[in-house]
Amino acid sequence: MEWFHSVQQWFLSVQDKFYMAFIEGDRWKLYFKGLGVTLEVSLLAAVLGVVIGTILAFMKLSMRKSGKPTLLARIAGIYIDIIRGTPSVLQLLIMWFVVLKSWRSGVLVAGITFGMNSGAYVAEIVRAGILAVDKGQTEAGRSLGLNQVETMRYIVIPQAFKNILPPLGNEFIVLVKETAIVGYVALSDLTRVASQISTKTYEAFMPLIGAAVIYFIITKILSILLGILERRLRKSDNR
Amino acid sequence: MIIVKDLHKKFAGNHVLRGVNYHVHQGEKIVVVGPSGSGKSTFLRCLNLLETPTSGEIWFDGQRINDKNVNINQVRRHMGMVFQNFNLFNNLTIMDNITLAPVKLKIMKEEEAKEKALQLLARVGLTEKADAYPSSLSGGQKQRIAIVRSLAMSPKVMLFDEPTSALDPEMVGEVLEVMKELAETGMTMVVVTHEMGFAREVGTKVLFMDEGIIMEENTPSEFFSNPKSPRLQEFLSKVL
Repeated sequence: MEWFHSVQQWFLSVQDKFYMAFIEGDRWKLYFKGLGVTLEVSLLAAVLGVVIGTILAFMKLSMRKSGKPTLLARIAGIYIDIIRGTPSVLQLLIMWFVVLKSWRSGVLVAGITFGMNSGAYVAEIVRAGILAVDKGQTEAGRSLGLNQVETMRYIVIPQAFKNILPPLGNEFIVLVKETAIVGYVALSDLTRVASQISTKTYEAFMPLIGAAVIYFIITKILSILLGILERRLRKSDNR
Repeated sequence: MIIVKDLHKKFAGNHVLRGVNYHVHQGEKIVVVGPSGSGKSTFLRCLNLLETPTSGEIWFDGQRINDKNVNINQVRRHMGMVFQNFNLFNNLTIMDNITLAPVKLKIMKEEEAKEKALQLLARVGLTEKADAYPSSLSGGQKQRIAIVRSLAMSPKVMLFDEPTSALDPEMVGEVLEVMKELAETGMTMVVVTHEMGFAREVGTKVLFMDEGIIMEENTPSEFFSNPKSPRLQEFLSKVL
């Protein structure tokens, strides 16, 4: 009966740990608050990232008649280089302690920082998506008398969007997880909350695994939604 | 209708067109043949400025179109173009492919454009494909739709850039048939092709391009039965 006793003990201790990590003092509320912060920062960053990324992509695609890049294209290139070439933790610290020092809202600063960061990656995704649309589509549009903007709007961008969506979804998922470093600027996001609780209860397993599971569920939901959208957009490819 | 004067085109050091001069008159069916790399597609693409000429002049309807002050989009409305690779808009149904330009450019109301599209589709026997997407069509069907799409703009001239070169052999006929019918309506056409039968039957003039110039020009019967330059004789001996 020795083994039975030890299994019983194990279950009891798991129950105990679970209680400590989630129930005691209504700690589960803290996780939800943390998740709220994570989602707020992620959402702000995603929207900003798409806007900045799209603008950068069109800047980078702009060409002079001679085929040489424009000044705008160079500026976009430098921006993307700098953002991609430095750690996002540092970008966050620089924004919080230097550039936007006077701002009170950590969520806002973190959202902007991640938005600017994500924008650099989104720019390359959008640019690649547009370049992947066959040149003949543009030529056909132009040959009918549509101007460049009309051709982009009605023909190229709808097709590019289908190319862009899968890597863009990937970027969103990366973004949600990337925000786990906002603890550096004293934001209580999901990761920070979990780590604080584990420090308080001297018990790391439950809070950390719990947070990981929550991140997983969020990103899983995101990828399911993106999958649905992607299938809808593929309608015109059905043979 | 289209006048080309001393047209030159260079691509990064590659001198593709070396002084082309030609005058296309209303109602003519000009067929351009020649070996690959002879510049015939580039010549055709210069006519609606899909390629920008390096030097020379292109005149259309009494207007010099390779001029900074000309709105090329306005000019292109009157010049239909059919491509080797069809280039139907993959994101749109056949109906939308045809009506997009006339409606968005406010040339026709949507109802009007649809009606016209259906008439044109009936002409090429593809009415039932109106709501299909391009990916569900065969090459021959795609090219017939591409012709219809250009015609929906009621162009004054139609340019064909090797319209049958990307087709399976059994589909070439159906596209050529549509082109023949179009020729019979009096449409002015410039056709770059390898279909010598079409050149002989439909062309009013046949041009032989090689080394970036129009090397020989003649009526179809003279062109094929009595070629003058040795390069054309050699070319015809290979393709006929």
